[in-house]
Amino acid sequence: MSTAYLTSILIWLPIAGAIVVWLLPLSKYATGSLAVLISLIEVGFWIEQAARFDFHHSGLQMSEQAKWFGELGITYHVGVYGFSVWLVGLTAVAMAACTGYGFWVGRDRPRAYFALMLLLTGATVGVFESQDLIVFYAFFEAMLIPLYVLIGVWGGARRMEATVKLVIYTMAGSLLMLAAIVVYGLHAHTFDLVNGPTSTSRWLFLGFMVAFAIKAPLFPFHGWLPDSYREAPPEVTAVLSGVVAKAGLYGMLRIAIPLFPDPTSFYRTAILVLAAAALVYGSMLAFRAPDFRGVVAYSSLAQSGLIALGLFSGTTLGRNGAVLQMIAHGLVSVSLFLLAGIVERRTTTGDFALLGGMARGRPVLATLLMTLGVISLAVPGSANFAGEFLILAGAFQRAWWWAAIGAAAIVIAAMYMLRLISAVLHEARGSTVADAALDVRPGELALIAPLVAGLLLLSAWPAAVSHHSFVGKWPKQPTSSSTFLAPGR
Amino acid sequence: MIHTPHIDWFALSTILALLAASGVSLLGAVLVPARLRRRFGASVSTVGFLGGLVASIWLYVDSPHAQTVVSGAFYRDRWTALAQIILCGIGVATTLLSWEHLGRNDDHIAEFFALLLASAAGMAFFVGAGNLMTLFLSLEWFSIALYVMCAIDYEQEGALEAGLKYLVVGSFGSAVLLFGSALVYGATGTISFDGIVRAIGLPTPTLERLMMGNSLLVVGIALIVAGLGFKMSAAPFHMWTPDVYEGAPTPVTAWMSAATKVAALVLAMRLMQSAFVLDRHLWSVAFAVIAVASLVIGNLAALVQTNVKRLLAYSSVSHAGFMLIGLSAGSALGGRALMYYLIPYSAMAFGSFAVVAAREKELGEPVTLENLAGFGWERPFLGVAMWFFMFGFAGLPVGGGFVGKFYVLAAAYEHGWAWLVVVGVLATLVSLYYYLGVVRAMYMRRPELALAGGSPPRDRLTHIAVGMALAVSVGSLFAVSPLIDLARHAASSLPF
Repeated sequence: MSTAYLTSILIWLPIAGAIVVWLLPLSKYATGSLAVLISLIEVGFWIEQAARFDFHHSGLQMSEQAKWFGELGITYHVGVYGFSVWLVGLTAVAMAACTGYGFWVGRDRPRAYFALMLLLTGATVGVFESQDLIVFYAFFEAMLIPLYVLIGVWGGARRMEATVKLVIYTMAGSLLMLAAIVVYGLHAHTFDLVNGPTSTSRWLFLGFMVAFAIKAPLFPFHGWLPDSYREAPPEVTAVLSGVVAKAGLYGMLRIAIPLFPDPTSFYRTAILVLAAAALVYGSMLAFRAPDFRGVVAYSSLAQSGLIALGLFSGTTLGRNGAVLQMIAHGLVSVSLFLLAGIVERRTTTGDFALLGGMARGRPVLATLLMTLGVISLAVPGSANFAGEFLILAGAFQRAWWWAAIGAAAIVIAAMYMLRLISAVLHEARGSTVADAALDVRPGELALIAPLVAGLLLLSAWPAAVSHHSFVGKWPKQPTSSSTFLAPGR
Repeated sequence: MIHTPHIDWFALSTILALLAASGVSLLGAVLVPARLRRRFGASVSTVGFLGGLVASIWLYVDSPHAQTVVSGAFYRDRWTALAQIILCGIGVATTLLSWEHLGRNDDHIAEFFALLLASAAGMAFFVGAGNLMTLFLSLEWFSIALYVMCAIDYEQEGALEAGLKYLVVGSFGSAVLLFGSALVYGATGTISFDGIVRAIGLPTPTLERLMMGNSLLVVGIALIVAGLGFKMSAAPFHMWTPDVYEGAPTPVTAWMSAATKVAALVLAMRLMQSAFVLDRHLWSVAFAVIAVASLVIGNLAALVQTNVKRLLAYSSVSHAGFMLIGLSAGSALGGRALMYYLIPYSAMAFGSFAVVAAREKELGEPVTLENLAGFGWERPFLGVAMWFFMFGFAGLPVGGGFVGKFYVLAAAYEHGWAWLVVVGVLATLVSLYYYLGVVRAMYMRRPELALAGGSPPRDRLTHIAVGMALAVSVGSLFAVSPLIDLARHAASSLPF
C-alpha cells in the first residue's frame, strides 16, 4: 500500500528530529521553535494517516515489515488498526501541546530538553504502531529513558526519589514482560503480533499484565504515581498521565487480551475487582488530595481502572467505550496538568490551602477549568460521558454490580472535580494569589484550546472514535489459529 | 633431524602483524628521540592494529571451513577470525585513547605500545589455540604483558599495587589452569583438543581406567574452568578485578575489561565445545553456577560503589555472568548469543572506561560518582556517550546490549533453564540502580566542586575512540541480522 510510509514516518520523524535538535547549536528560541515545528509536522502526518485510513476495513493497515533479527523471526513490523490511529493521534497532539508548553515556559538546556521530548514522542508512537513483540518491547522501554531524564533534570525538589521509584517500578514490570516475551516467542516460533498464535499459559499472561498494570497504572501497582506526577515538570506529568499511561492500557487491549483468551477469562473476575478497586480508591484519594496535581493524578488512577473495567468486560460496548475513554481522558488529563502548570507558575504552588479566588478577573482560566471540569466529571453530552456510559453498559452486560460500582465512583468523580474547581477558582482568595497574577495568556491558550476543541468535537460526535476503532470481531482470530500450551501453566 | 611441521603463515597473519608492530615500537623506545616517541609508538600501534584487522577480516572471509594448522596447534576458522576482528577493533580504540591519556610523561610510552600490541597478539593466538600447550603459552603471553601494563605508570598511586596484585592472582589462575591441563593430559594422554574429545569418546577398557580416568578428567576440567574464570573475572574468581581495574591506568583498564573478556570467553566456548563436548552435562552446570554467582555478586557489590572504575569493574563481573549464560547453554544459539553479545559489550566497556579516563585527566584525581557531577553538561558528547553506555549496559533498547541480553536469555530458555532466565531478569533489574546512578551523577546534580581551572584537555582522539564505541554499541541494535550472521558463521566452525 502506498500509504505505508506514514506509519514509519510517524515513528522516525520525531526521533530524527530529536537528533537534529540535539546536534544543531541553535539559540534557545530557535531550538524550541524547531522542536515545536517538528511536532506540528508530526500532527500533520497523523492527519494524513487518519484521512487515508480505511475505517471500514478490519485488518492491519499501512503496515511495513522489514527483517531485523533474521533467524528468530523477529521483524520490524509496524502498522495501525482503527484504535491505534486514535492513540497515535492523541500522542501527536498531546506531545505537540506539551512541547509547546516547554517552549513557552523556556526550559533550561533547550537542546537536551526538546530532543528528549521528541524522542519520547517517537517512542510512544512506536508503542502504538508496532506489531512485533520485540519491537513493541523496545519502544515500551524506550519511553522510559527520556521520561527518566526529563523528570530527573527538570523536575522538582524531590525528583531523585521520584525517578528511582518510577524506573524501578516500571522496569520490574517490563523485565517480567521480557521474560514472558522470550518464552512466548520461542514456543510460538514467531514474535509477530498479527500472525502469532494464542497461548493458554497463565504465567505468560501475568508477566504481560503486570508490566501493563504498572504502566497504566492499575491498583495496586501505582506506587510510583504520586511522586512522579508531583515532581515532574507539569508538561511531562501531562504526557505521563495523558499518553504514556495509555501505553499500558493499549498493551492490555492489543497483547494481553487477544493473545491469551483463556487466561483472560480465567483472571477476568480478579482483574475486574482490581479495576473497580482502582476506580473507587483512586476517586477517593483524588477527593482527599490537597493539591491541584494530586487530584488530577489520582483521578488518572481512577480513570485507568475504569478503562480496564471496559477492556476486561469482554463486551463490544465496553471495549469501544474504553478506547473512547482513553482518548477523552488523555485530552482532559493533558489539559488539566497544563492548567495546573499555568496556575503553579502564577502562584508558585498547587496547594489548595494557598489557592482560591482565581476566577475573579481571569475569565479565560475560569472558562477553561470549568469546561474541562465539566467534561471530566462526565456531564451528559460530554465525551467522557459517552465513554463512561459505554464502559458501564458493557460492564453491565457482564454483571450488574460492576456497573453499580462504576456509577458510584463517578459520583465521587463529580465531587472531586467540583472541589478542585471551587478550591482554585472560587472561595476566598488564596494567600499566594496576587492581583498581578495574569490570566491565561494567548500563547498558553493556543496550547490548550486545540485540546479542548478536540474534546468538544468528541463530545458532539463520540462515535468518531467509538465506532471507528474496531470492525468486526476483536480479538481477531489469529490467522494461524493455533494455540499452544506453554509450560508452567 | 627435527621435523618441523608445515606452517600456514597466513593463518597466523593477524598475530604476525601485531608482533611486528610490537617489535617496531620497542625499537622506537631506543632509536626515536623522546619527544617523538609517543607519536611514533601510537602510530605504529594504530598501523599494527589496522593491519591485524585487515588480516583477520581476510582470514574470516577466506576460512569458511574450519581446519587446524601447525600440527593441530592452532585453529584457522571463523570463530578465531571474528574474535581477532573484535580484538583488533578494541586495539585501535585503545591506541587512540592511550595516545592522549596514558601516563604523565613519555618515559615508557613506546614500551607501553609494544606491550599493548604484544598482549593483543597473545590474545589473538589464545582465541585460536588448538591444544592445551598453546592455550597455556598464549595465556601467559598476554597475561605477562598485561601485568606490566598495569604497573607501567608507576608514579600513579596504586598502579604498582594493581600490577602486583594482578601478577599474584593471575599467576595463581594460570597455575590452576596448568594443573588442570596436566590432569586432563593424564586422563586422556593427549593435549590437542581434537585428540581429547576422541580419547574421551573411546570405550574405556577396564573398570579401573574408567574410575581413574574419569575422576582425573573431571578434576582437570574443573580446574581449567576455574583458571579461565580468573581471566574472564567471573565470580567467585573475580576478587582481583575491582582492585586491578581501579589501580591500573584507565586506558589499560579499558583494554583489559574489553579484550581480556573477549579472549577468555571465546576460548572457553571453543575449548568446552571441542575438547570436552562429551562432558557437557558437567561444565554446562558449572558455568551456569558461575554465571549466577557473577550476576549476584557483581550486581550487589556494584550497588555500593562510589568510585566509578570500581563500579564498572563489578559491572564487568556481572556481564561476564550474562555471557556465561550463553556459554552454559552449550548450543549453537548460545554460541551466537555469546559472540554477538561480545560486540556491543566490548564497545560499551571500552567506551565507558574511556569516558572515565577523560574525566580523570580533567580532574587529576580518581573519578567518583560525586565528582562526575555536571560532567554531562560540560562535555556534551562524552556525557551523551556515557549515557548510552550506561543505558545499554542496563539492557535498555538503546544499544546492542539489549539484543545480547535477549539472545542469552533465549539460549538459556531453549536449553530448558527457565530459572536462569529469571535470575538474569532480576540481575538486570538490580543493575539498573547503579547504571542510572551514573547518569544521575552526570546530569542531575549541581557541580558542587570547583573544578580545576584552565582549558579542557586536548582529547580529540579520545572523542574519536568514544565515537567508535558509541557507533558500534548503537549500530549493533540496528544491524542485528548482519552481526548475527557473522556470529552464526563463526559459531558454525565449532562442533555443536
